[in-house]
Amino acid sequence: MRVAGRLGAGLTLLANLALAAPALAAGPAPVILTRSSEGVKLPPEPVLGHPVPWEIGLQPGYSPVKHDMIALNNMVLGIIIFITIFVGALLVWVMWRYNAKRNPHPTLTAHNTFLEIAWTLIPILILVVIAIPSFRLVFYENNTAHPKLIVNVTGHQWYWEYSYPNAKGLDYISAIVPGDKLKAGEARLLTASNPLVLPVGENVRFLITSADVIHSFFIPSLGVQRYAIPGRTIQTWVRIDKPGIYEGECNQICGTNHSRMPIDIVAVTPAQFKAWQAAAVKQASAMVVPARPPRDLYAANTTTTQR
Amino acid sequence: MSVTTHDDHGHHDVHAHHDHKPGFVRRWFFSTNHKDIGTLYLIFALVGGTIGAALSEIMRAQLLHPHGVVINDVACRMMHFNTTPCQVGQEWNTIVTTHGLLMIFFSVMPALIGGFGNWFIPLMIGAPDMAFPRLNNISFWLLPPALALIVTGLLLGDSGTGWTLYPPLSNSVYQPGIGMDCTLFALHLAGISSLLGALNFITTIFNMRAPGMTLHKMPLFIWAMLVTAFLLLLSIPVLAGAITMLICDRNFGTSFFEPAGGGDPVLFQHLFWFFGHPEVYIMILPAFGIISHVVSTFSKKPVFGYLGMAYAMVAIGVIGFVVWAHHMFVSGISVDTRAYFMAATLVIAVPTGIKIFSWIATMWGGSIEFTVPMLWAIGFIFVFTVGGVTGIVLANAGLDQVLHNTYFVIAHFHYVLSLGAVFGIFCGFYFWIGKMSGHQYPEFWGKVHFWLTFIGVNLTFFPQHFLGAAGMPRRYPDYPTAFAGWNYVSSMGAFLSGFAFLVFFYVLYRTFTSKEPVAANYWGDSATTLEWTVSSPPPFHTFEELPLID
Repeated sequence: MRVAGRLGAGLTLLANLALAAPALAAGPAPVILTRSSEGVKLPPEPVLGHPVPWEIGLQPGYSPVKHDMIALNNMVLGIIIFITIFVGALLVWVMWRYNAKRNPHPTLTAHNTFLEIAWTLIPILILVVIAIPSFRLVFYENNTAHPKLIVNVTGHQWYWEYSYPNAKGLDYISAIVPGDKLKAGEARLLTASNPLVLPVGENVRFLITSADVIHSFFIPSLGVQRYAIPGRTIQTWVRIDKPGIYEGECNQICGTNHSRMPIDIVAVTPAQFKAWQAAAVKQASAMVVPARPPRDLYAANTTTTQR
Repeated sequence: MSVTTHDDHGHHDVHAHHDHKPGFVRRWFFSTNHKDIGTLYLIFALVGGTIGAALSEIMRAQLLHPHGVVINDVACRMMHFNTTPCQVGQEWNTIVTTHGLLMIFFSVMPALIGGFGNWFIPLMIGAPDMAFPRLNNISFWLLPPALALIVTGLLLGDSGTGWTLYPPLSNSVYQPGIGMDCTLFALHLAGISSLLGALNFITTIFNMRAPGMTLHKMPLFIWAMLVTAFLLLLSIPVLAGAITMLICDRNFGTSFFEPAGGGDPVLFQHLFWFFGHPEVYIMILPAFGIISHVVSTFSKKPVFGYLGMAYAMVAIGVIGFVVWAHHMFVSGISVDTRAYFMAATLVIAVPTGIKIFSWIATMWGGSIEFTVPMLWAIGFIFVFTVGGVTGIVLANAGLDQVLHNTYFVIAHFHYVLSLGAVFGIFCGFYFWIGKMSGHQYPEFWGKVHFWLTFIGVNLTFFPQHFLGAAGMPRRYPDYPTAFAGWNYVSSMGAFLSGFAFLVFFYVLYRTFTSKEPVAANYWGDSATTLEWTVSSPPPFHTFEELPLID
């Protein structure tokens, strides 16, 4: 009976948490930050794509791909919670009904062709139901044709390098901002110098590669992730819904500072983006090559600050 | 299944002269006896598992709060006996690597395959021993040097790659120390050990079954071990090839995985996962076998849908070989490849579902006794279901794009392995310890062990689903402050699980100091397999006259 109680409680918790997910994920009003990249000031933007305390679901989406992911995830989550509750309930039932005290004489039934066919066919049908939207999503995620903008992303130990083929000379590195250099409202481990600037509402193609080991270019709120692998270029795409700041992290083990190479994106309107690019190109041609960040970023992050 | 044994009558007079055991060194160091080798494997698994569990406690302590300081300069220097400042991240990565490899190759596999496999394959099929007893001895004795090598890799702090060992991070530029080579050679030795063991198991199961035991009368544990052995036989050589190439890249200037020399890092991923995915079934199938016996024994019913159960395992084994690239959905493989691997992966849910439902159907209509092994078995069915359904989420290449490498993956595979396979090990331990040792475990403390572990591991791993969904990457020694809450809960769960592991040591102490005699078949008539026909503990040599199965 104690087994039954425990399992029942666990399942109730599971269901409650799933139902509470959207409410919890909404969180408080976003922080507004004024960032600059390549020495050019950007308009103040809300921090939209970031994790929040006690979050239990996917981060809210700000791109069509992520919206579709959330929709599919909700469907699959519903199905798997149902299956878990169903199996848990069956277990509780058999433990209650067929324990040795209540049922001293066991049956010897060891076959039931109908049941066996049913629990083979029904899961197959459920899988077909899951598979159809899944295929649609996989092919949609791959839809990288006709981008308005191309961005080259190169992973390094331990910073990201961004360049735009449409803006000659604009090639810059984006490294973590150490804990003691953060400004108010900036999140530890999620804030990088020279954030990647992107226009909203336009298809952007990322061409991702690496200069050393494998990294992963991962922005949860935009539904973007691809490995950065030396010797090959992998493409993916995004179309950001609205202006804001979107935070991601390197997501493939890449050495000692793996946790210290955030992906920091500021999305602005296409007009603001053009203005930024023009100013940044001018700035870049006048600038010397920036110094690489120090090799031990762990030591440089000893203070714990906001968010 | 009715069994006739000749051992019942005149046992002592006839066999007494066979049963004098060799001296300590001959018995334990030059052993050719499947039971003694099984015991050695179980002790070895306990050692490997204890080190692996200690590492996981260190990791959870580091992650208790953001910017953890458990792994620090002082600790590093003490560990490496040196004075150079330590790279905290590298240290962390080395611990992560070693934890994974220890748990897989030096704990779960030795316990389930080497331990229970060696002990119970011959006993359950009525064979006097394994087909190649000396090969069996080599299989075991390759493991202690492998363990020594992997611990060397940990102590030197050079193997910070994660258990997946992806180049270029694992090549000589990024892991220059000899510790990485030690880790790779450890895998070679452990791999040869598993391969020889697999050959032995397959030969034994095909050739040494008691007269009358056809394939379709074999106990399900034997079916599980047979499929496992085939998976090992076909996957281990691929791993061996991959790490040989990696060792050559590191030491002899080849460039199998080096783009500058025409090599390809993604090739390594394909080879690794061609081994790595069957490997996860290698760890779980033996547990499936054990759970079937325990559920049937304590429900006092034969296993429901025996043939379906056996062929579900065969199906899992076969499909397990054609799904490897679902670990590589963001490695730049083409969209058609992603679609195929997604579909193939989803298919595995079908045979797995058959097993879950058949276990429940075995309990249905039974007369269930909640002994300690049965608690572990029911716990297994539940946690394996949770781990299984999150596998359906991850199988979706579309969703994997935001879940890949996050804590969601950590939660998923710890639910099926750290909870699933490990529950299987404890289930087998409590089920068979009386048989193996002649000492029965204390029922009360066994239950305490179960409940503490069950609560502890769920508390540890369930919140990790949330962390992963919110985007917390794996292999991070430090995390953004937003992830602090669930990490704290998870660490608390890990400390509780660690405490439960200490209770297990107390259970061991109580078991081996227990003076109560143990009957040959202490679970009663519903334990029908052949190991229950011999005494507890079994004589040094069993089944010298073969039992006859009608």
